[in-house]
Amino acid sequence: MTMLTPNVPFSTGQDRAGQNRGGQDRAELGRAPSPTPPIRRIPDRTDAPLTALLKSWEALLLLLAAAIFTANSFASPYFLDVWNLSDATFNFTEKAIVALALAFVILAGEIDISVAGIIALSSTLMGATAAAGQPMPVVVGVGLLTGLACGAVNGLLVTGLELPSIVATIGTMSLFRGLAYGILGDGAYTRYPEGFAYFGQGYVWEWLSFEVTVFLGLALLAGFLLHRTSLGRAVRAIGHNPTAAAFSGLKVRRIKFWLFAATGLAAGVASVMLTSRLGSTRPSIATGWELEIVTMVVLGGVAITGGVGTIPGVVLAALVMGLLTFGLGLLNVSGIIMSIVVGVMLIAVIALPVLARKLSNRMRRSTP
Amino acid sequence: MTMSTPVPPARLPDDSAQDAPLLEMRGITKLFPGVRALSDVNLTLRAGRVTALIGENGAGKSTLVKTMTGIYRPDGGDIRIDGAPVVFTAPAMAESAGITAIHQETVLFDELSVAENIFAGHAPTTRFGLIDRKAMMARAGALLRTLDAPFGPHTRLKDLSIGQRHLVAVARALSVEARVIIMDEPTAALSQKEADELFAIVARLKAQGRAILFISHKFEEVFRIADDYAVFRDGRSVGAGSLADTDQAEIVRLMVGRPVEQTFPKLAVTPGELVLEVEDYAHPTEFDGVSFHLRRGEILGLYGLVGAGRSEFCQSLFGITRPSRGRLRIKGRDTVIRSPGDAIRAGLVYVPEERGRHGAVLAMPIVDNMTLATLAEVSRHGVISRAREFALARCYAERLDLRAASLSQPVGTLSGGNQQKIVISKWLATRPDIIILDEPSKGIDIGSKAAVHGFISELAAQGLAVIMISSELPEILGMSDRVLVMREGRPIHLYDRAGLTAETLVRAATGNTDTHPELAA
Amino acid sequence: MTLLNRLLKSREALLSVAGTALLGLIALRAPGFVTPGNLASVFTDTAILIILAIGQTAVILTRSIDLSVAANLALTGMAGAMLNAAHPEIPVPLLVLASAAMGMALGAVNGLLVWKVGLPSIVVTLGTLTIFRGSAFVLSGGEWVNTFQMSPAYLALPRATLLGLPMLAWLAVAVIGLAALGFARSPVGRALYAVGGNPVAAVYAGIDAGRTVFRAFCVSGLLAGLCGYLWVSRFAVAYVDIAAGFELDVIAACVIGGVSISGGVGSVAGAVLGALFLGVIKNALPVVGVSPFWQMSISGAIIIAAVLLNTRAERRKGRIILRHRATAGQEAGA
Repeated sequence: MTMLTPNVPFSTGQDRAGQNRGGQDRAELGRAPSPTPPIRRIPDRTDAPLTALLKSWEALLLLLAAAIFTANSFASPYFLDVWNLSDATFNFTEKAIVALALAFVILAGEIDISVAGIIALSSTLMGATAAAGQPMPVVVGVGLLTGLACGAVNGLLVTGLELPSIVATIGTMSLFRGLAYGILGDGAYTRYPEGFAYFGQGYVWEWLSFEVTVFLGLALLAGFLLHRTSLGRAVRAIGHNPTAAAFSGLKVRRIKFWLFAATGLAAGVASVMLTSRLGSTRPSIATGWELEIVTMVVLGGVAITGGVGTIPGVVLAALVMGLLTFGLGLLNVSGIIMSIVVGVMLIAVIALPVLARKLSNRMRRSTP
Repeated sequence: MTMSTPVPPARLPDDSAQDAPLLEMRGITKLFPGVRALSDVNLTLRAGRVTALIGENGAGKSTLVKTMTGIYRPDGGDIRIDGAPVVFTAPAMAESAGITAIHQETVLFDELSVAENIFAGHAPTTRFGLIDRKAMMARAGALLRTLDAPFGPHTRLKDLSIGQRHLVAVARALSVEARVIIMDEPTAALSQKEADELFAIVARLKAQGRAILFISHKFEEVFRIADDYAVFRDGRSVGAGSLADTDQAEIVRLMVGRPVEQTFPKLAVTPGELVLEVEDYAHPTEFDGVSFHLRRGEILGLYGLVGAGRSEFCQSLFGITRPSRGRLRIKGRDTVIRSPGDAIRAGLVYVPEERGRHGAVLAMPIVDNMTLATLAEVSRHGVISRAREFALARCYAERLDLRAASLSQPVGTLSGGNQQKIVISKWLATRPDIIILDEPSKGIDIGSKAAVHGFISELAAQGLAVIMISSELPEILGMSDRVLVMREGRPIHLYDRAGLTAETLVRAATGNTDTHPELAA
Repeated sequence: MTLLNRLLKSREALLSVAGTALLGLIALRAPGFVTPGNLASVFTDTAILIILAIGQTAVILTRSIDLSVAANLALTGMAGAMLNAAHPEIPVPLLVLASAAMGMALGAVNGLLVWKVGLPSIVVTLGTLTIFRGSAFVLSGGEWVNTFQMSPAYLALPRATLLGLPMLAWLAVAVIGLAALGFARSPVGRALYAVGGNPVAAVYAGIDAGRTVFRAFCVSGLLAGLCGYLWVSRFAVAYVDIAAGFELDVIAACVIGGVSISGGVGSVAGAVLGALFLGVIKNALPVVGVSPFWQMSISGAIIIAAVLLNTRAERRKGRIILRHRATAGQEAGA
């Protein structure tokens, strides 16, 4: 079996200097006239892109979102009102912004439980800055920097000290929220500088809120980064097999560090919005959000074991959770019932494909 | 499962017709989705005899072992012990029927004591259902004494060497009064001395009247300790009998289905300029004092026993670990390599031995794997061009005659040989000057082996400097221009190809050498 | 290995030393804290955390995690309180058993999803966490069950003292004793270590890994159910949000106690010491004049420090190939 044709050599370092460094030269190599035996063509894909899309997790989520949307519009005549829909977004955009960043961390095979703790600490420090009479840009800057710094702490613990991320961030969750409690006790900050209210309550255009605008922008950015860039590819490879990724020359630690830092920053952004929207800060702010945000990411089809997942999935999951909460709210159903629905959904959407596969295997076996 | 199928009259080799088989497997078939892993295979084990199970990777040996030990349930065929049919639905049932397996690398429980390892799953209990530690320790101690083990039952497993862990596994087999003991590549990670000790134990087990199924790739071992053989190919039995009636060539012919004379397509290459100079490379615990030079077009073989520090040394060259001392010059320039990224930029790449763990990202598509080390080249400002990626991947896939349904197929769904082609492609795409291949033909069927060897030759002919780690003597002798032998982390000697014999290499690698005490330059 | 070496390597011994040092430090500021009576009350106060940490240890040993324990506690606690309020004639021990059984059933749901469906435990228990707590809301309609609605006997059991210690503490002691025996000496207990240490080898050793994980979740659920009763009767009130977020304290206790999140490593003694460590800090802060609001951040810092120490201890050395340099020199010179 000859695998190489002598007249078409492989590129080696020797001819590196003389060639243009793109992929173009290789593409031509691939098309070079082939001697015998004829080269077997291997197709790029077997599934047409459209078929693959239809079979995807995202299609399922879209269907779910459409169903809830339809049910909502039947449930309440007010639902389809554009302002009402705009209001509906407020209950998930802040969490969804963090979920976009956390999706990268989970894709890389790690987890960050401390995001809600970061929101609390960032919010508290913003309150303290505002109470000290600082202007709006400083307050916002403190909020964002706190988030980034907290994320960097997580990143250092996981990449520098090589702690398992789940326990490290359970620790920092206590630490960050604990610091907020330490600073604020059972008090609250309620006074913020002029202009601060815009981030959580303002509208960019007509009914298009600032929060939704930022979320959509960040979603596009995250989708672009994950699905189009070498960084996204590296994150996926790290999630699937960190050792092979490191052997391939990827900077595994550095990338993971920045993913944690970015998640901290996203929590800072969410904190600015939430604080602005509520107009007050308590250390108990955003309690329990970490689990809701993780749920959002996992429901979006990101495998908790790393490597698998998409940004459209996460966005759709956020939409599903948001629509559900809002719809149940229209029906005057308590938010905690909604949490049951989300819990059931989380388990069901992951368990059903597994169960279906098992069932079909069994049926195939019983009919030889 | 059919148990009532009439059993055809036994066709036993003449010389052992009087011995009733201890364990018989007839017509065993095992199906996986889309794959017929075993089809109608037979295996007979007799008391007091060692049967070697031989076959290429993927021939169905592991599946058969899993069927024998109750991990898998066969889709057809029957298993008989002393002539009586048995059905195993769980590993525990096989164990209580006297069948036990000692697995590759003897994976047991690090955190538990030796006694607990021996009795995991079947510890003696008191009448309150609690583990009877006293009895367990006493029985474990007695078993260890019969094996002359140099450690006691209280020792934590994590404090033992790999060879000592084998003793624990054997003690475990004895503790369940196993009549059939399966040893799946038991010597893969053992030193020669440890392997010799293991063979002594095998002989003892055999003398006690136990039946032993010995799975190994090493013919030398097989002919040394086995009495009978069974050869599998592509999930079928293709031959069985007494080793006394056959020879190595015949077994190889059965394995591959056609006679192969092992030839190595080594091309004559005039070495070019000096590309790699390693001076006195050392690591605190893994290797010491390694020095050599390498020219373009040369293939340097790195020979030694498993665990001689060859991979560790090469991984250090590649920036996975840091050397404590030593100098590296690539293309005449002093180079410091701190990470694989540095190494790739300097033109040095390393194709790891463990494809699944270090080489490929099995869950990712072929195309994504092929460009993983060259992401910067298929992207502009960090944005990947899918078209360029597919073009690059197709180029290598077709050159290497990759067998795949599409380039978007996950690498994990391919055979070992095809996975290796992808991993090598990934590295060639970086256009290196120096390529280190760590056991390049390990876990690859014999057909693909020849292809990989031809390919390595071509690379050298095109001016690549190649370092090839291999534990297979024919491969080392057939492919290398020079051979560096390492033992216990140190270079022993650097040999030229001319007049080099297998005996010389083995003597140098095992330390039985009374010649060449001097170290390599 | 010398005895000293072995002691230094033992996580439990290190933790005991750290705990004693902590008590010593506290005693410098507040000698009253380190009296037997006060320490006993700290133990009683930590009893529920200890019991839950033991259940969690069983789960973590098998490489899983149970985030639903606190929600399980809230649901069983609510169910028990409501049953008692509606039917005060049912004997208290029966109710305690019913709570434990209900908790075990909830744990079995987790276990089945992990065992039979093969879902990651973190996802399963994240889901059941919200489902259990939501169910507590559905069950109660969001209403509280207050002190006066529950029977005096129902509330009295954990407070009844025996030999100077309340029943709550004795229950914890009993659970510790049973668990220590069960983890170390029962085949099921050893299977936890085997499955977590090396799941593949466990299967080959004839241990059913899936069933073992299932059993661990049942144990965790059972103890959470028991704690549901204990929590409600101790605080004499049941509402949806009791013990909210407590699951993370429980995991923290395990981590501080040296139970490795990657499975196969840990002990009952470690989990108990980890829980006590947190309990001592919580109880000592007001005594030494630190605002209790700092407790959370201090326990956060301790979790990080503990996991840092444990990870260092577990880290494997590379294989040692080289012999001693001395012999190498001789060989080269020969």
